[in-house]
Parts: sequence; structure tokens; C-alpha cells
Amino acid sequence: MAAQNFKHALFSAVVTLIISYPILGFNLVSEGISVQLEGADTFTLVGVFAAAVVVFLFQLFRDTIMGGLGKLPALNPMANRPPMPQRKRLKVESVLLTLMLIGALFWPFIASRGAVDLATLVLIYIMLALGLNVVVGLAGLLDLGYVAFYAVGAYSFALLSQYFGISFWFALPIGALLAALFGLVLGFPVLRLRGDYLAIVTLGFGEIIRILLNNMTNLTGGPNGIGGIPDPTLFGMEFGRRVKEEGNTSFHETFGIAYAGEHKVIFLYLIALVLAVITALVIRRLMRMPVGRAWEALREDEIAAKSLGLSRTAVKLSAFTIGAFFAGFAGTVFASKQGFISPESFVFLESAIILAIVVLGGMGSQMGVILAAIAVTILPELAREFSEYRMLIFGAAMVLMMVWRPQGLLPMRRIHIELKPQG
Amino acid sequence: MLVLEDVHTHYGKIEALHGVSVQVNKGEIVSLIGANGAGKTTLLMTVCGNPRASSGRVILQGKDITNDLTSNIMRSGIAIVPEGRRVFSGLTVEENLHMGGFFNTKAEIRKSQEHVYELFPRLKEREHQRAGTMSGGEQQMLAIGRALMSRPNMIILDEPSLGLAPLVIKQIFEIIGQLREEGITVFLVEQNAHQALNLADRGYVLETGRIRLHDTGKNLLENPDVQNAYLGG
Repeated sequence: MAAQNFKHALFSAVVTLIISYPILGFNLVSEGISVQLEGADTFTLVGVFAAAVVVFLFQLFRDTIMGGLGKLPALNPMANRPPMPQRKRLKVESVLLTLMLIGALFWPFIASRGAVDLATLVLIYIMLALGLNVVVGLAGLLDLGYVAFYAVGAYSFALLSQYFGISFWFALPIGALLAALFGLVLGFPVLRLRGDYLAIVTLGFGEIIRILLNNMTNLTGGPNGIGGIPDPTLFGMEFGRRVKEEGNTSFHETFGIAYAGEHKVIFLYLIALVLAVITALVIRRLMRMPVGRAWEALREDEIAAKSLGLSRTAVKLSAFTIGAFFAGFAGTVFASKQGFISPESFVFLESAIILAIVVLGGMGSQMGVILAAIAVTILPELAREFSEYRMLIFGAAMVLMMVWRPQGLLPMRRIHIELKPQG
Repeated sequence: MLVLEDVHTHYGKIEALHGVSVQVNKGEIVSLIGANGAGKTTLLMTVCGNPRASSGRVILQGKDITNDLTSNIMRSGIAIVPEGRRVFSGLTVEENLHMGGFFNTKAEIRKSQEHVYELFPRLKEREHQRAGTMSGGEQQMLAIGRALMSRPNMIILDEPSLGLAPLVIKQIFEIIGQLREEGITVFLVEQNAHQALNLADRGYVLETGRIRLHDTGKNLLENPDVQNAYLGG
């Protein structure tokens, strides 16, 4: 046992050296027109060897360390507490939600402009994660190309405003419906696929959309993106210093207050907040409706669900379509917030982050997903000082989280449907 | 009730059923026995339209359902207890039952639920337990109960005795007999030939995709060929 661990540890340490020494231990230095190879400074070399030693020690005592990590959940004082009874839990949840909502409403009036802007981004991610939660968390369909629907929403607004001058409020439902249509279209080819195969096809779909946007230069501007996307208006009132469109008035003149750049940011934040709340409420409602139970049945056991007369086609397509619809919502808000979009905003990493939010929060759990969306969006901003190591920290947090609490922050608990006794 | 006429079924290019004709009359218990790979499950799946018969006809309650959608077939008065139980393990017993009555009204669900609890008092005790944490026998009861929730005229059971203790098997078969008393037609597919034929009004023996024998359950039990092949001599 110990001898085997020692051998394994030695091997791992050697591999670490072999991999890291050539990469970090040499520098290319240009001297005039020629390039020369130079050894790195002692500090780097010591670092490389230290890393090898760390790997060696970790592998040598791996069982002890991992055993200790495995015990971590026991350290959580709440771990072995029996779950709250349903009625109490619902009460606590609704109180928490109300408090969060009130806090969110007052946030823009107490926080700085940058914080409000960040909060808008958080709300967009909440919308995205809630939408993906339907597909992955409830229906159990692993979708790695979710960002495609987000892109469809954003680009439909950008294109509609550029070519037809359509405003935010008209583009919002159109963008969402178009995204839903794309969801439906993607749904058909993947009806028969499950698990890994489904993930690969959706991944491909996400890439197709991005590459199309990148290459249809004459329509979408390709990598240059689309700029000058208008801000939303409030009953024909614009938030800019000067009115851009004829017939509109400006917000600050109508109310006779001084112009401030914050008005626009706050307004966008409030729109995002309202849309996020709508998203949460609609999906919450759907979860308790027959279609929500059908999603869960399909996730639990496809054959059993079919044996009860559920149509796989209808259930899967509805999950894809509804999930995509809310991504379209989020996309439209995103385009309006940024004022400029390009395919670069819709890379695979975005899909991965949204999926990470859903898994981190607890599949199927709305509260969990909202908390995770806040954490995943805000933490990298707080960690700006170590921006180089951001992804490293993110990854490490992910690993620890999955060891410590694989079911997510707040795992899903279904609401029992209680039939009232007869009489 | 259910009639299969010269049904051929293919998986890709391979023909699994070579012209099978089976008839199940109203109020009967009909058993289909056969060895592994004889095509028993294929035959059931063909009734459910997944896969569809490549030729021949499947008639349910006088209606040709050969080319109907699975989801429509499963909503037309027939219910199946799939092989290996397949309960929704993450859902509670009660939620599993509610899924069975997915297309019924709440009042109907309430009534069927009470009825199922009468048939299986054990399920009532475990009402709020997650199905995956129950024993095999309890899960089988739940699977049957879930199938009954849609108030079917006919119930198809695929290997209900699979992997269960003899005592539990006895219980399950008692319940199946009880279903007949309630006027539900039962089509039973089993490897446990002795029990299945004992209970059945009529029986079919399926061998490599063909019906080899067809007789009353009692006669089949006494048939020397059947005894040799399926009852261990």
C-alpha cells in the first residue's frame, strides 16, 4: 500500500517536472534579429521544484488528505439536521425572497454606478441560469450550447434595431420568441439523443451559431460586431442627454431634473430586475404544473415516462423551447446594456459558466441557482486584483465545492402536491 | 380486447418476431412464457408501438393501433408495468402514483390513489418515502399501482417476478389474481413459467420469435414439452 503510494507519488512528481520545466524553465530572448534560449531565473526554478515536491507529498499522503476532505461535510453544523417541514421551509423561503427583492429594489439608490451595472449583469445571469435550469436541472437534458439562444436574443435585437429601427420593447418579445424558435429547431434533431451524445450535439449547435455570426459579415458585421444599439425608453422618454429619435422626449427634461448618467443605468437595472422576477415566477409556476412534473419524470426515467403515455417529443421540445425563450430575454437585455455586441460575447466559456451556476446552485433548485448566479458573477469582480489567477481560483472553488457539497448549494426539494381530503 | 395478427417486428434488419398471433379476451389473464431472447419483451413493446410492427396488425379494443404513437396508445385504456419496475426513484411513492394518473383529473387521481392503497397497504405506509429507497418487492407494487392509476381496462406486466423473493412473488401473483376479479384484463409476460401458468386462463409459449404452443394454462402446465423446457422437468 505505502510502497505503491510512494511509487505513484514519485512518478507524479517526475511528470510535473517534465511538464513544467520546459515550459517555465526556459525563456526565449530576442537579441537583435536572432532569438536565443535562456534559462529562467532561480525564483522560477525553485518554484518548479517546489511544485514537484508539493505534488509528491500530496500523492504520498493522498488517502489521508482525501479522507479528510471527505469528512468536510461533517464539519458543516447543519449537515445532519433533518430537513425542515415543507410548510416552514416555504415560509422561510418566501420571507427570504421578499427581503432579497426589497433589497434589490433599493440597491440602485444606495450603490455606486459600477455596482448597479454589475448587479444588472448578475440579473442577466440569473435569467440565463433559471432558463438553463429548466433544460438541465428539471428535464435532465445536458445542454452545452445554451449560449446560442442568448446570442440569438441579443443579435435579433441588434439587427432589428439596426435595419428596422425597432425599439427595445418590441424587440424583447421578438428576441425571446426567436430564441424559442431556435430552441424548438434544435430540439428536433436531439430528440433521440441522451447524455453525452446530446451534450456533443448541443455543443456543436452553440459553436455553429457563433461561427455563423462571425462569418456572415455583411449581415452581422462579423467579428466587428454591431454597435449603437439603442437604450430602452420609458413610455417614449429617452435617457440620453439629447433626444435621438424624433417624437421622443428626454427623461430629465420631462421631470425637470438635472441630467445624470446614472438614470439610464438604474433604469436598465430595474428592467432586468423585473424580467428576472418574471422569469423566476413563470418557471416556478411551470414547475408545479403538469408539464413540470413531466420534465422531472422524463429526467428520472424516460422509459417509465413513456409507459405512462407521456410524449417524449412534446416534453423534450417544451423544455428546450422554454429554456431558450428566457435566454432570448436575457440576450435582449444584454445587448441593450452593452450597446455593442460581437460574437466574442457568446463563446463556449459562457455556456460553461451558466452550466456551472446551475450545477453549483443545485440542479432544479431556483433559490440555489439565484444564489450561485450572484456568487459566480460577483466573486470574479471582487477578485480583480488577482485577475491572472481568476480562472485558477474559479476552478479550485469548483473542485472543492463538488467534493464538499456535490448536490449544490441548495439542492432541489420538490413541493408536494397535497390533495385535499374529500368531504 | 387485444389482438395481434401475424405481427413481424424488426430491429434494424434483424427480425425479432416472425409472424406472431396472440389474442387476449376481456377479463382473462393470459400468460406469455418463453426463454431469454425469445422475443417476449419485443412483443410487448410492439403492442406499445415502440418499435412498431413492420407488418401485421395490432388491435386494441377493436381499434387498429399498429401505427399509433406510443404516447397515444398508452393513453387509450391500456397500462404497462415495464420490465425492471422503473419507478421514479427520486420521487416519493405518492408522487409516483400521481405521475401514473398524469392525464386524469384530480378527483380521479384521488379515487384511484385510495384504491391502490387498498390493494397495497404497504404503499400507504411508505407514502412519503422516496421510491428508490424501497425494497424490490415494494417497488414492484408501486410500479403496478402506478400503472393502475390511469384506470386501465387492461394491464400488461413484463416480468413482475424479476429478482424478487419467493414470498414476495406469491404476493404479487395474488394481487394479479385480484385484478382479474375487478374486471381488469391481464397480459402477463413471465420467465417464472410455473406461477404464470398456474394463474393464467390461457397461455402462449414463445420461442425464437414464434408462438410454439397455445393452450389453457392448466394444459400447458401438464404438457410434457413445457415441463421439460420451462418447468425443470
